[in-house]
Amino acid sequence: MSDKMVQGVVGRIIALVFLCFLPLQVAAQGFAGLGTDAEGFAIPTPDPSFDFPADHGPHPEYRIEWWYLTANLTAEDGTPYGLQWTLFRSALAPEAGEGWAAPQLWMGHAAVTTPDQHHVSERLARGGIGQAGVTAEPFSAWIDDWVLRGDWDTLQMTASGADFSYDMALTAQGPLIFHGQDGYSVKSAAGQASYYYSQPFFDIAGVLDLPQGDVAVTGTAWLDREWSSQPLSDDQTGWDWFSLSFDDGHKLMGFRLQQTDGQNYTSATWITPDGRTTAFPDGAFSAEPLITHQTVGGEVPIRWQVRLPARDVDVTVSAMNPDAWMTTSIPYWEGPVTVIGSHMGMGYLEMTGYE
Amino acid sequence: MLLSVKDIHKTYTTADGPFAVLRGIDLRLAAGETLALTGESGSGKSTLLHLIGGLDTPDQGQIMIDGQDIAALDDNGRAALRRGTVGVVFQQFNLIPSLKVADNIAFQARLADQHDPDWVATLADRMGLTEQLNKYPEQLSGGQQQRVAIARTLAPKPRLVLADEPTGNLDEATAATVMDLMLELVAETGAGLLMVTHSEALAGRMARRLHLRAGRLA
Amino acid sequence: MTRATLQALLSHWWRNPLQLFTLLAGLALATALWSGVQAVNAEARASYDAAAAALGEGQYDRLLRRDGQPMDQATYITLRRAGWLVSPVVQGRLDGVRIIGIDPLTAPGDIGPVAIGEDADVVGFLTGAGQLFANAETARRLTGQQVIITPEAAPGTAITDIGVAQRLLGKQGQIDSLIIAPAQPRSQPPLENIAPQLLRRAAQGGSDIGRLTDSFHLNLTAFGLLSFAVGIFIVHGAIGLAFEQRRPVVRTLRALGLPLRRLIVLMGAELMLFALFAGAIGVALGYGIAALLLPDVAATLRGLYGADVSGTLQLRPAWWLSGLSIALGGTALAASGALFKLSKMPLLAAAQPRALAMAAGRNAVIQGAGAAVLLAVAGVLMFTAQGLIGGFTLLAALLIGAALALPLILDRVLAACSGLARSVTAQWFWSDTRQQLPGLSLALMALLLAMAANVGVSTMVSSFRLTFVEFLDQRLSSELYVSTEDATQSQKLTAFAAPRVDAILPIQFADTEIAGQPTEVYGARDNHTYRDNWIFLQNSAAPWDTTFGGQTILINEQLARRGGLGIGDQVQLQDQVFMIAGIYGDYGNPIGQAVISEAQFAGLYPGITAQRFGLRLDPDQVPDFVAALEAEAGIPATQTVDQARIKAISLQVFERTFTVTTALNILTLAVAGFAILMSLLTLATMRVPQLAPAWAMGMTRGQLGRLELLRAVLLAVLTAFVALPLGLALAWALLAVVNVAAFGWELPMYLFPGDYARLGIFALLAAALAALWPARRLARTPPADLLKVFSNER
Repeated sequence: MSDKMVQGVVGRIIALVFLCFLPLQVAAQGFAGLGTDAEGFAIPTPDPSFDFPADHGPHPEYRIEWWYLTANLTAEDGTPYGLQWTLFRSALAPEAGEGWAAPQLWMGHAAVTTPDQHHVSERLARGGIGQAGVTAEPFSAWIDDWVLRGDWDTLQMTASGADFSYDMALTAQGPLIFHGQDGYSVKSAAGQASYYYSQPFFDIAGVLDLPQGDVAVTGTAWLDREWSSQPLSDDQTGWDWFSLSFDDGHKLMGFRLQQTDGQNYTSATWITPDGRTTAFPDGAFSAEPLITHQTVGGEVPIRWQVRLPARDVDVTVSAMNPDAWMTTSIPYWEGPVTVIGSHMGMGYLEMTGYE
Repeated sequence: MLLSVKDIHKTYTTADGPFAVLRGIDLRLAAGETLALTGESGSGKSTLLHLIGGLDTPDQGQIMIDGQDIAALDDNGRAALRRGTVGVVFQQFNLIPSLKVADNIAFQARLADQHDPDWVATLADRMGLTEQLNKYPEQLSGGQQQRVAIARTLAPKPRLVLADEPTGNLDEATAATVMDLMLELVAETGAGLLMVTHSEALAGRMARRLHLRAGRLA
Repeated sequence: MTRATLQALLSHWWRNPLQLFTLLAGLALATALWSGVQAVNAEARASYDAAAAALGEGQYDRLLRRDGQPMDQATYITLRRAGWLVSPVVQGRLDGVRIIGIDPLTAPGDIGPVAIGEDADVVGFLTGAGQLFANAETARRLTGQQVIITPEAAPGTAITDIGVAQRLLGKQGQIDSLIIAPAQPRSQPPLENIAPQLLRRAAQGGSDIGRLTDSFHLNLTAFGLLSFAVGIFIVHGAIGLAFEQRRPVVRTLRALGLPLRRLIVLMGAELMLFALFAGAIGVALGYGIAALLLPDVAATLRGLYGADVSGTLQLRPAWWLSGLSIALGGTALAASGALFKLSKMPLLAAAQPRALAMAAGRNAVIQGAGAAVLLAVAGVLMFTAQGLIGGFTLLAALLIGAALALPLILDRVLAACSGLARSVTAQWFWSDTRQQLPGLSLALMALLLAMAANVGVSTMVSSFRLTFVEFLDQRLSSELYVSTEDATQSQKLTAFAAPRVDAILPIQFADTEIAGQPTEVYGARDNHTYRDNWIFLQNSAAPWDTTFGGQTILINEQLARRGGLGIGDQVQLQDQVFMIAGIYGDYGNPIGQAVISEAQFAGLYPGITAQRFGLRLDPDQVPDFVAALEAEAGIPATQTVDQARIKAISLQVFERTFTVTTALNILTLAVAGFAILMSLLTLATMRVPQLAPAWAMGMTRGQLGRLELLRAVLLAVLTAFVALPLGLALAWALLAVVNVAAFGWELPMYLFPGDYARLGIFALLAAALAALWPARRLARTPPADLLKVFSNER
């Protein structure tokens, strides 16, 4: 039995299992499971009413869910850094379960991006045995030694990989904001939707442990919460997601879902400095690729023209490090960006569905 | 001139030191002409024949066949010469034991890409081999084998036929018959014939004769 | 031109089918021998590679509990949450099948299951549906389970999800070992702080099983290499024969105007075609040999080392490839020489025998120098060689040197005999034999190698057997062995047996490490059985007294060698320090072993209780005792093994090893015999002119034929005399150098004159058989052919 074959097999198991981990990667051939019927799984419905802190915890009756934090950081010497901490939940069946047979699988991704390096780590775990999970009260999300915990006013966060680790403290400077219709975020013309809210107002400070040494950093962070059972429709192949923080205190979340017919479905949320939101329907927000770059993985746009005419936004969004390719079992691009144009600022960009 | 040999020298290395077999030979042979080469054992007549046939190379001198200097040819060139232009009849017949008589006769013509089935059939018929075509050489008598060898040599219609004691292994009566046939056919094809022999009778049937003694023509 | 030439070349074989047969048979036999041995090797190796790969054995460091017991699953979670990237493994036996449970999400990339085929269901695999992956053979033994057939799965092994394995094996919440991923996070607390009860076992260079069975394969590989050498000789002989026979035709073809280059290309192509054809036959034949031997090899490996080897043979591309490349490569090697000679051959028949004789003389000098250098290297290596590479270099230098020296030795012996001969016939016989030597030397070298290999390997294997049988007598000294299922049954047994037997010797052990070596520590009960039977390689005064007294420890040779330990050294087990009082031979055991007193053992490993017991009682009482044990204590006879049976099983395993070696012995000799036959046939074409004068001077053809036979036997005898010391040197190298490197212990060397004599007789028979036919042919040569010699003479 060749090792290569075995390796391939394990790779396939992991890939198959995490297909369900949604929009992260949606290959052109259409990833099985994403567009299919959400049999047995609960489906988001309009007019949600959230219940905190319970809703910070997991929703095992939904197929997919994540706790997704990105941060733009600056060191004392002015060097910019990007940071990612993500925990995905993927359910094989709509129940919590116990022990090895529990149908809940967990995947953690962590990354630190410097202007010329991109450190990535990935963890996989079964639910039901304590290796990974999320509790709402007190709030704690973990996989192995990676932890995100606190009361959402303040959070502690750690992660590690073979060539990096970090330890961060976060403090909320504003309220939670809800995307779409009070947190019911429609993802296609056909009506696929998810529950989606964010805490975009975190201040963050801590230490990055990198091969070249410890770096003390401060900055801002954005934490997304989203869960669903069927977020993409059959004809959607990937997405480009922007979270931008402008120097004037306004923030913009916008995404563009790529369709097989070459069209896009867009959605955006405009956030004022005090946390009031305006949701924009399909077409209000646009993002056009300007320059592409061949990474170790796919060829991705690393400069975009982003527009939200309703708010006079017309900016060029550029990757801080074009090589922020996530070499995880399901690969994608995720990294910090700078914003120039009608508004100045920075933010994060995620791109899936590129090869 | 079909064949012209000029100042040929050949020396062999032996256990007792170098031995000069040929020491300056000159001879000429026209197409359709027959020439007997006689001499004692060791006089160098076979060596001369081998040199003319391109089986060996002289140390010095020039051998022109149809105006081409064969001493200047490489192995491939000499092989081509042996296939087409020059035909050698050996004393030992040198048939290919694993091929039937028919294939043996056609062999050299096929090597030379000049296979003419009608001509081969004529040769077999004239040589009286028609009954033997499906036999193997070992099933033939010596005289029959030599007739096969002669037919094989003549099959590609060579311009020059060299014969090295062709009847040396045959009894006198058989030898005479084989000789008649050979002379007849050579005359018909218009080839030149150079024959090494120590038989006076045989030499007498040639148009000319030359005698070799101690590496020189006498 | 090409067609006519091919016709002429190929028609030769059509007219001489026997020659064609010899050529093809020679090529095929050589290939068969080689690929047969390779196939057995490859098959066995692939089998335990699969087994080892399934466990990640050898590649990764692992964590085990110090006391050898399974760890709690919580330990796994604790380690993961502390940033230790480890992956859990559970294993055990179910219906005789080794069940391995893994977690595919945390397992390092290259371990673990199995092809997920069309019928596999990932969700089912992970959520406890109970899928097992195994090969078809194993699947049949797993009744009542959902098994997915995976041909690549290791034999006798089924892989499944860890949750399923825990349930099937009754190990809920337990984990046997943790595989440590090669890449670990930057910041990680030390193991002692998180799980002090765990022991880190370093990755093995190869798997345990692999390293062990390697030694057995070493024998086979040595055989394979020798058969390769013998095979090359044969191919060389076969090709030489083919060229020799067609020399006149080649001359004729060239005289008729076939260019030399074209001729060489065509003859080369023809040979390659034959090689391909014969090679394919040879591989198929080799497959047959391997298929015949494999059940025995599989049984041998299983019995000796507990390695599961599939008893069925798969055709593997690797040995198809190696078989064909041996045929093609060997042919190319042999043919290039022959073709080179052909290209240098003068077109005219007036060959220069004198020049050839001079060349032969020069060759002899070069050959002699080569032999001297190689034998000198071998001599130096005998005292300095270390490790497997050194051992094999020694073997190679010895064998090749001796093979090169053989013709020179024989030439001297024959010259001496010739000088001593009185009668004319004898004188002619000796000098004629001497003249034939160059033509026969390749075949005789093949015979020499075959015989030496047989002597060497037989000596090694028989020495191994003798040592092992003695060792069995020493170790299996109790009359009856009983296994119990649990502590309750152990108590029952003890209660029942105590009044009825002379002694109860619990067999209890724990896995640990001593001097960095994986070791099983046994707790032995103070009993005369040990004192009476155990033989030490080295020991201090009264080793059993001090050991039973609790101060000292006894260790096996493997541990002593690998750990660099000697008598008087101190070793530590947990907080206890012991002095080494004895080192004993422990043949066939892959890992370290140590013996301490029962009391010390109980103190160090309180969790471990004996589940096997040796009982000393009157051998005649054994059947009655077993019956009573079942009737009164409820322990069935299936849980008992009497000593005689264990020994019988052990010896059976060895007999199988010998079946394989014997089969290979005979095969090698047969192949060598074939080489002689072909050489004689080659010579036969040249013999007539040499024999004709002897015939003309009054010897009968019958006499000549008998002398030919005698000559072959004589040469075989002389070769045998060279082969014997060579074989013994080979055996010594195998036992004292190669074996130590491979097994970790040195085997005493025993001599088996009877075996050697038998081998010698076999060799003579092979030579005689090979010479019989050529001799008969000679005896029947028509006088006319002999006469021709004179009439054709120039």
